[in-house]
Amino acid sequence: MLYKIWMSVVKEFLLLKRDLGGLIILFIMPLVLVITVTLIQDSSFKTISDNKIPILLVDKDKGAVSKTVFDNLEKSKLFSVVTQIDNQPITEAIAQEAVNKGKYQLAIVIPEKLSVDLQAKINQNVEKIVSSMGFTDSVAPAPTPKIIKQKEVKLYFDPAVQMSFKNAVMSSIDKMISQIETQSIYTTFQKQLGEESTQFEQKSFITFKEIIPKINNKEVKPNSVQHNVPAWTLFAIFFIVIPLSINIVKEKSQGTFVRLLTNPVSNLIVIIGKTITYSAICMIQFYMMVAVAIFLFPHIGLPSLNIEGHLILMSVVALFSGFAAIGFGILLGTIANTQEQSAPFGATSVIILAAIGGIWVPVFAMPTIMQIIAKSSPMNWGLEAFYDVLLRNVSFLEIIPKISLLFLFFIITTSIALFYDKKKRTV
Amino acid sequence: MQSIIKIESLSKKYKNADLYSLNDISLEINEGQIFGLLGPNGAGKTTLISMLCGLIKPTSGQFTIDNLSYKNDAAKIKKIIGVVPQEYALYPTLTARENLHYFGSMYGLKGSDLKDKVIETLDLLGLLKFADKRIETFSGGMKRRVNLIAGILHNPKVLFLDEPTVGVDVQSKNAIIDYLKVLNQNGTTIIYTSHHLAEAEDFCDTIAILDRGKIYAQGSPSDLIASTEEARNLEEVFISLTGKDLRDVI
Repeated sequence: MLYKIWMSVVKEFLLLKRDLGGLIILFIMPLVLVITVTLIQDSSFKTISDNKIPILLVDKDKGAVSKTVFDNLEKSKLFSVVTQIDNQPITEAIAQEAVNKGKYQLAIVIPEKLSVDLQAKINQNVEKIVSSMGFTDSVAPAPTPKIIKQKEVKLYFDPAVQMSFKNAVMSSIDKMISQIETQSIYTTFQKQLGEESTQFEQKSFITFKEIIPKINNKEVKPNSVQHNVPAWTLFAIFFIVIPLSINIVKEKSQGTFVRLLTNPVSNLIVIIGKTITYSAICMIQFYMMVAVAIFLFPHIGLPSLNIEGHLILMSVVALFSGFAAIGFGILLGTIANTQEQSAPFGATSVIILAAIGGIWVPVFAMPTIMQIIAKSSPMNWGLEAFYDVLLRNVSFLEIIPKISLLFLFFIITTSIALFYDKKKRTV
Repeated sequence: MQSIIKIESLSKKYKNADLYSLNDISLEINEGQIFGLLGPNGAGKTTLISMLCGLIKPTSGQFTIDNLSYKNDAAKIKKIIGVVPQEYALYPTLTARENLHYFGSMYGLKGSDLKDKVIETLDLLGLLKFADKRIETFSGGMKRRVNLIAGILHNPKVLFLDEPTVGVDVQSKNAIIDYLKVLNQNGTTIIYTSHHLAEAEDFCDTIAILDRGKIYAQGSPSDLIASTEEARNLEEVFISLTGKDLRDVI
């Protein structure tokens, strides 16, 4: 029996070796995928954190507030401020048109008299507080305060920018304007109290600090590579469904499957042969992608993948993810009658599994119903197991439930395939 | 002579089919015979061979091969039979040698026994110099010969051949038939289907003519010709029994 399994493995390797298209799908495409996606994702992280985005500033205020906004924006790591186009000052209409055409991603329009009105409003409020506390010298009744309309700082966004970018920008500008207001309030209080020589501490009292997990007493800050490499490695591993299902369909159409049925060899041995071969392929894919992430990424401007102390556990997760993918491929190849059925269905179903498994959009960001569905996706089990090992620094015991689910998926899909095949032949 | 295949009241009706593909067939094939199953398209030849090879189950009736039944001894039967299907059941991107090593190993052959047997049979069928060429580069006749070798590497006691010479040139056909005769002389019982009636007349020692799932006649080619009025050859016997109507089946 062992010799038959060995010969089946040899046969599968020879078949793969001579299938150039299959080899490209198995080895080259995943590498291209992981490099491309990580580069894109990394640059989008940098767009928000490192690279300065040019933004248009239309200053109708010409006062202290707009100057502070300008200075803060210039000082920020996010933006570089553009106040003129072709040596002409920017009007609101020009800014709106430039943003709508996608030439700029954002325009900020500071309304007229913002500084004056803000100061007037703050003065009113401070005076009200000060007089209620009995600090005023005058005994005459206070004049009726002038009504000051609320001011709007307008933001124009390029319609093509993503919601996440919009939210990040709006949050930054909101924070900046709040700081300006706070500073103005403090300054006005100082003036009202005649304490101009005393400087209030104007820094935020409450700050936040991200506590980063430590491995071997070293902080390991997750980056785009730590997130992307496991996710896309898993995606690539599951793409084995396509060549494997095509391999099985071909065996049926070539007649070799029928010949094997007449030989003194059980279908199980044939499946074990395929499982061993394709598991080895999955592991080669995995190690290739890890090697690329460690050794090539730093040369193309990406952070290196840090797998310190995790390689063995990651290999275990990759192997069990491979089993799940192989089980699915065997089932698909058994049910499909033609390559035209198996290839597109295989590709589409892997993309769907990836989508519901949280490869593109994190599961926590999905609607409740999709979160429930995601929990039943083998790709989600694999991804969570990878994250557990790589980012959450868990032990082998803690990944057992997830890898057990992956193996159970393999057993169930393979059993269904064997049962279906037996049933189909009982014509 | 001792019978090696005994078929009793064997019937097969496929799911959703209106008619029986095989209808109450009883047959005995003796050890060492070259038994021809002839019939028009849809007669039931492939259904009968598929059942004898264990690929499909009968609806009713039973059969034994060397006194073994699939119900109890499927693995034992598969060790003593060889099957040469009608299609080229080979891996096109593997070489002839690789294909034969693989299929031989599935019969439990290994090591030098397997290697020597592959070389010997490739040589006998004129393919040794192409042993390391891929099957996809072979002509139809060469593929047919490799297809045959893949079914006989383990020296089967019973060999099933489903149209083994279809679509090949005369030279390849002769090589195949000559080799089958050698195998038969060495004790292999051969069950063979074909549409080449002249080939069957020359090759088989017993023939059964099937049509519409039933056996219409059985005997040696000469007996069948003699027992059919005005028939000078097997083709005329065949037409006399099965008629001239076209038998297109879907």
